[in-house]
Amino acid sequence: MQLKTRLFGKSYVFKSVKEVLAKASEEKAGDILAGIAAESNEERIAAKRVLSELTLEDLRKNPVIPYEEDGVTRVIDDGICEGVYREIKNMTVMELREYILDHHTTGEDIKRISPGLTAEMAAAVAKIMSNMDLVYAASKIKIATTARTTIGLPGTLSFRIQPNHPNDSVEGILASIMEGLSYGSGDAIIGVNPNEDSVENTIRLMNATHEFIEKWGIPTQNCVLSHITTQMKALEAGAKVDVFFQSVAGTESCNKEFGISAKLLDEAFEMIKKKGCAGGPNLMYFETGQGSELSLGAHHGVDMQTLEARTYGFARRYRPFMVNNVSGFIGPETLYDGKQVIRASLEDHFMGKLLGLPMGMAPCYTNHMKADQNDQENAIMLLALAGANYYMGVPGSDDCMLSYQDTSYHDDVTLRELLGLRPAPEFEKWLEEMGIMKDGKLADIAGDPSIFFKREPLGRR
Amino acid sequence: MKCDPTLVESIVNKVLQKLNEEGVVVNKENNNDEEIREFSDITEYSLYDKIFIKNPLDEEALKTLKKSTPARICIGRSGPRYLTIPWLRFRADHAAAMDAVFSEVSEEFLNKLNLFSVTTKAKNKDEYLTRPDLGRVLSEEAKMTIKKNCPESPNVQVIVVDGLSSKAIEENAEDFLASFMESIKSYGLSLGRPFFIRYGRVPVMNDVGEVLKPDVVVELIGERPGLVTANSMSAYLCWRPRSNTVESQRNVVSNIHNKGLDPVEAGAHVAGIVKKIYEQQKSGIDLIL
Repeated sequence: MQLKTRLFGKSYVFKSVKEVLAKASEEKAGDILAGIAAESNEERIAAKRVLSELTLEDLRKNPVIPYEEDGVTRVIDDGICEGVYREIKNMTVMELREYILDHHTTGEDIKRISPGLTAEMAAAVAKIMSNMDLVYAASKIKIATTARTTIGLPGTLSFRIQPNHPNDSVEGILASIMEGLSYGSGDAIIGVNPNEDSVENTIRLMNATHEFIEKWGIPTQNCVLSHITTQMKALEAGAKVDVFFQSVAGTESCNKEFGISAKLLDEAFEMIKKKGCAGGPNLMYFETGQGSELSLGAHHGVDMQTLEARTYGFARRYRPFMVNNVSGFIGPETLYDGKQVIRASLEDHFMGKLLGLPMGMAPCYTNHMKADQNDQENAIMLLALAGANYYMGVPGSDDCMLSYQDTSYHDDVTLRELLGLRPAPEFEKWLEEMGIMKDGKLADIAGDPSIFFKREPLGRR
Repeated sequence: MKCDPTLVESIVNKVLQKLNEEGVVVNKENNNDEEIREFSDITEYSLYDKIFIKNPLDEEALKTLKKSTPARICIGRSGPRYLTIPWLRFRADHAAAMDAVFSEVSEEFLNKLNLFSVTTKAKNKDEYLTRPDLGRVLSEEAKMTIKKNCPESPNVQVIVVDGLSSKAIEENAEDFLASFMESIKSYGLSLGRPFFIRYGRVPVMNDVGEVLKPDVVVELIGERPGLVTANSMSAYLCWRPRSNTVESQRNVVSNIHNKGLDPVEAGAHVAGIVKKIYEQQKSGIDLIL
């Protein structure tokens, strides 16, 4: 394996695959903070040049954290399909890039090699791709999943209603849900982030959302985004829930900070399969995003993008219903501005799809970043072109509990209109029955949540 | 035809009244009889009751929904996009939050409060935001300045830190300090000389503890702005902070601003906690409140 090149006549030598991966990354504040970013633009390109010549076998044999030292590395490596891997291991990263982009390579072809890829391979190929490459490549790969209903089908775009409330008021949460549904949002899931992470409160919110869904006969699923152990206790106590949620990361030590392990998630997955309200087979909802390992001091000197790919390698063990990438939530020390958020989002969406995951996207921003609503709108338009499965739906983009800005109900319907995309099929039928949508277009009454006070509930006719 | 001046005036007044109702405020300035028209302030309507939906199915129902949450619901639409006023309101709230982060605490403000100023190892706002590690430590120059200007080992040392909202400091620190200092004096505790730290994060108090050896440090710091308010300040308290102090050893009183915990009340409240810290000689999770 050679880690040396010349560029403009100058020689560049790298010490490890880990260093090559870090230095080949596009510029991001978090990698600079960790002291692992390329020191010049030329060094960045030299690293990309070296990376392009590495074989997939080089990458598998040199995981950024050794197999013996990290549980995430083990989950990924143990999960590799050896038969597929043997066929592709001699490919270089450059060949993989050009194979994916080739007109003769279909989405199905890419999905067939996916089980032979490790996280480092997905990260590597993304690092030698431009933004448009990432959009084009990802647009080939369609990943549909089923909990109660199916999302991610070609021609559809779905949304999670995120109806958070500062005091977890059920009344206030239902108000935001009604507003979202009146815009045609909510076909991916209705998922509440609770302010108070207690078993009692989690049961309350699970049951309230479940009851509303049943009453109105809405073809969707519910979820409460407490810690997984809290959700497990709530389900044990008889709460009604379809999908389990958890934040996950790309190192064992960061997952430990999150209070989880592969063993714990194995148990959770078994439990939701047996006791949850949805048939599945996809019943887990994960949230991820570049920078979480860095912000918790659990990054092992690995760049943010490669760690994110490892997160996906870990997540695919559970065949999740949805994986939501949240770039920009942590702050400017990881992603400094709109440009970095957009780049990270496009990388993550592609890497996730390449590794077989149902990626939804939440490019967002906090108020101490150099980013605003225009950057966010740019990001979601690009990601919709790339074929993201779903977005968040937050009233007026302002999450009044978590204090950050995310995609709004308005953005959701606009993206559908722009690209001629439809809601998930069963959900669209429900919207038509409610009079909210007709022939894939919003009806005049859409956007008026008082429709829920004027109509007979559809679920109890 | 002759005009009746009183009739003209009454017509003008009626027009003005109508404009007022439509959100156009007209201020009559006496000099030069010039009228300066002013549009209504879109940041003044409450997120809890303003409904933008035209011809709703059930207006009363919408009022009930609005009261239940500060979320931006019932904001209507034009096609699939926002109506203009709620959109501009959202941008205004975000603008206030951004300005609070990216602006500096003014010299004028520091002079008024008689605070001298030092800087952490972060050299400017950009570096401060991207290098949290540098905002946690004082520059060598800062340490010398503090040593030269402040008495050592006071019972209570106050530091004012910009943090993530300069506006929070400018809005609240003065009122807070007035009531705080008065209460501390009434407890008979000695006060060090307060000063200002630019580009600071919460743990910067550890360096202050190392240099001045105070018993209790009270750190006023601007919180990360949200869209609800950009002007919220926190007070972090700690018994003898030193280089090995960890977060769980600090107490915090947050949400200090005119729509949250009033700064005058907060000053007295925080002084009460300082007294307990001083008496129990501990802080954070060990403190009995």
